[in-house]
Amino acid sequence: MHPDWINALVGGFMIGISVSLMLLWNGRVTGISGIINGALSHKKGDTLWRVFFVIGLILGGIFLKIFKPSVFSGGLETDLWTTLVAGLLVGFGTIMGSGCTSGHGVCGISRMSPRSLVATLVFIGAGVVAVVFFKKIGILL
Amino acid sequence: MKNGVASLIVGFIFALGLGISGMTQPQKVIGFLDIFGNWDPSLMFVMAGAIIVHFVSFKLIRKRQSPLFSSEWHIPTKTEITPSLIIGSVLFGIGWGLAGLCPGPAVTSLASLETKSFVFVISMVLGMFLFKLVDRKINLKK
Repeated sequence: MHPDWINALVGGFMIGISVSLMLLWNGRVTGISGIINGALSHKKGDTLWRVFFVIGLILGGIFLKIFKPSVFSGGLETDLWTTLVAGLLVGFGTIMGSGCTSGHGVCGISRMSPRSLVATLVFIGAGVVAVVFFKKIGILL
Repeated sequence: MKNGVASLIVGFIFALGLGISGMTQPQKVIGFLDIFGNWDPSLMFVMAGAIIVHFVSFKLIRKRQSPLFSSEWHIPTKTEITPSLIIGSVLFGIGWGLAGLCPGPAVTSLASLETKSFVFVISMVLGMFLFKLVDRKINLKK
């Protein structure tokens, strides 16, 4: 087995290649939250590529599930209500903040967007504080 | 249709990258965010690897007149740091720390068929609708 950081780097390269292809082919930023949100908004002529992207993500997931199911290990011991609240926060927050880890963290920083740099620092910072807090009150182990 | 096939391929590679990198393992993500505890810095290399590739490719690709399957570029141009950017990112960060999932890995994890993945993705979509609903009433996105 490779050390974790090598897997992380290789996976990161693949993500970098995929967002580059999206730019080269469709001229678009690969921001997952934005793509999903746009797919739900039904703007004419702007839905198909979004739906296909999501299908691609899920097909990738199915490929992993078949050939490397260990990538879906490491689930948390939290209850479903916690998951539900987390999902609401992620959905609400990414649309309010115009992006998530992919749109801001990868695509935005790569083109040196000041908004994306700030957003990335803020959501990582908030995540760090959140983990400290949720561990303290016993929601996270 | 070309756009669709292109997106499908991009999504597929993206998902493989997420899985190989460790981003689809919530405990690993929590370990990455747990700087003051038992910190696992390995996920830093995901963002680093992706940015190294795209920092270079972005410059090269943007030299073209237009993308291959579209007549124009669709790249955000806003530069203003707004309150909604900050507040939204804070809320997202809290949710990310609570579940160890961000949108890409969450959708990819649907393939695991675990109840939690479905609950997360459904509530995430509800959260997006909720934002649009609230935003229509009080214009949050200033």
